[in-house]
Amino acid sequence: MSLKTLWHKLGSPRWFYELSGPWTTGFGVAAALLLAVGCVWALAIAPEDYQQGNSYRIMYIHVPTAILAQSVYMTLGIAGVILLVWRMKLADMVLACAVPFGLWMTALALVTGAIWGKPTWGTWWVWDARIVSMLVQLFLFFGLYALREAIPRADAAGRACAVLAIVGLVNIPIIKYSVDWWLTLHQPSSNLLTGPTMPSEMYLPLFVNILGFYCLYAYVLLASLRLEILRREEKTQWVQQHLQQQLPEQPQAV
Amino acid sequence: MQEFFAMGGHGLYVWLSYGLSFLVIALLVWRVRSARRAFVSQARARSQRLSADLQAK
Repeated sequence: MSLKTLWHKLGSPRWFYELSGPWTTGFGVAAALLLAVGCVWALAIAPEDYQQGNSYRIMYIHVPTAILAQSVYMTLGIAGVILLVWRMKLADMVLACAVPFGLWMTALALVTGAIWGKPTWGTWWVWDARIVSMLVQLFLFFGLYALREAIPRADAAGRACAVLAIVGLVNIPIIKYSVDWWLTLHQPSSNLLTGPTMPSEMYLPLFVNILGFYCLYAYVLLASLRLEILRREEKTQWVQQHLQQQLPEQPQAV
Repeated sequence: MQEFFAMGGHGLYVWLSYGLSFLVIALLVWRVRSARRAFVSQARARSQRLSADLQAK
């Protein structure tokens, strides 16, 4: 299938629903396996850090959740552009469905950072550029959530959220470069692609967990999108037929 | 074993981070799955009422 036909097919929620079923299950299974392997590796097998001791193991949660927080926000920005330019229904659904996951990932990154900061820096919180720009992102997610709730007309709410999501993209490079622009407490990140400053027995479990969190995101987003499609298209014939196929005592798992 | 859980004095911080994260992951997964189950059963009931109404007419 060419990219152009794919683009047109994405305009059809029904097509997306039928295609995404097995992918949802696949990502769910992959996430469970990767996170199980990654966390056991991170907690029990990876060596202790010579400077920080065992508290550095928080990194295996802190770094993936922080990366995912950015990725979810980028998804929202891209969905916002697609919604405003092409008015694709699916983009509006992504804009609605990805918000809770991003909000929770940002919150987890901040909380695990605070917990890691206590034994490492001696403080839970500091008004550091990286931390403040992440806090701004948390408020952006809250804002996107509240904005949709506040506007009763669905199409107007979608467009307003798209604008907010696009404007909020400004914060992404600020978060990324905050550790280089302002030399405060947060340590600069180790670049994993151009040669990590960690030995492989330390960064391999990190790769596994990052991949695991991405699969988890894919699973939760696809599952939410599939539910949203059923909700919005409930009155159509294909959804009515699909509902009849699902046995009441055994609702489809994903 | 006890040594492993103590994490050289950092046990509280490490286990708290992992515990909270898994709580959040479980919540996110449970939320979408239970919402789907609830929607499917309610929508089925609505569509059965609708077809019963149509037959009655």
